[in-house]
Amino acid sequence: MVLSLAILLSCQLLGEALARGLQLPVPGPVLGMAALLVGLRLIPRLALVLRPTVGVVLANLSLMFVPAGVGVVGNLSILSSDWPALAVVLVLSTIAAMLATVGTFLALRRLGQGGA
Amino acid sequence: MMGDMAALWSYLSTEPLLWLTATLLAYLAAAALARALGTPPWANPVLMAVLILAPVLWATSTPYATYFEGAQFIHFLLGPATVALALPLYDNLPTIRKTVLPIVAALLVGSVVAAASAVGLARAFGLAPEVILSLAPKSTTAPVALGIAEAIGGLPSLTAVLVILTGIIGAVTVTPLMNVLRITDWRARGFAVGVAAHGIGTARAFQVHPQAGAYAGIALALNAVLTSLLVPLLVRFMLP
Repeated sequence: MVLSLAILLSCQLLGEALARGLQLPVPGPVLGMAALLVGLRLIPRLALVLRPTVGVVLANLSLMFVPAGVGVVGNLSILSSDWPALAVVLVLSTIAAMLATVGTFLALRRLGQGGA
Repeated sequence: MMGDMAALWSYLSTEPLLWLTATLLAYLAAAALARALGTPPWANPVLMAVLILAPVLWATSTPYATYFEGAQFIHFLLGPATVALALPLYDNLPTIRKTVLPIVAALLVGSVVAAASAVGLARAFGLAPEVILSLAPKSTTAPVALGIAEAIGGLPSLTAVLVILTGIIGAVTVTPLMNVLRITDWRARGFAVGVAAHGIGTARAFQVHPQAGAYAGIALALNAVLTSLLVPLLVRFMLP
């Protein structure tokens, strides 16, 4: 577990250093994910080392959003007057984004199968 | 006795231990309740844990900053957890190679619709410009969204709220929506919720199916990159 955490944090550190050093608009952890993917391609055995810890982390991904989520309640005053409009915008826009994404994905998947 | 209790409380309430423990317990209670109910979409663990913690903070008049002193240790784990998404991505590389075209096209369309529909609807409702600018990056992961909001003149603290709410809305609606449409492709379902509802949607996707989770993770990562490039352009175009 300690080795796995060290690997994850090293990748994040590398990502943060790249993002800040090169002033990229991409967040450090996302670059860290890319770095780990490269690492896994180069050293496939890493997957065996990481799997137990990563399994626990990803099974509890929701936990890590709770502190930020509690901040929602702390900021409710910002939403005071606009909340009905904001609620409608968020629900409609989120559903529209999911429909557009899933529709495009499936349309091009069928196209790909048809061409193959 | 009352004096001792007050002294104990004043000690505990300022130490990180209390709110760190409270966050873990609230999440465990929320997760146990969700499992007991058969993990229905509306019993979202983030939402339920917040609904448990918020009244406690309110009743003890604990400021958010004090709560975060303890909760920051959990919040910190978001970084390594994002890195950890590389493993399901790696496991799914063979199938991902076969779906490169759908992934790229769905990402572009989904990301544009997520931001443009938010900006367009918000304008139609006559919301203030700084609120519209805070809404535009709502579908991407929180740290990226805050950076974008700041760069385009939104209110980062409002963006944080809108990003979390978007995640919960996506996580709650994705399963019923996809079931109604009879979409059974886990890759398409996962990818859609990852584009529209970032990490909270991804957490939901992992709850439902490992392949949906992997594709949500890809969508989350790619959309973080695309949104940071796209939203500043889109806002310039849509808000003259």
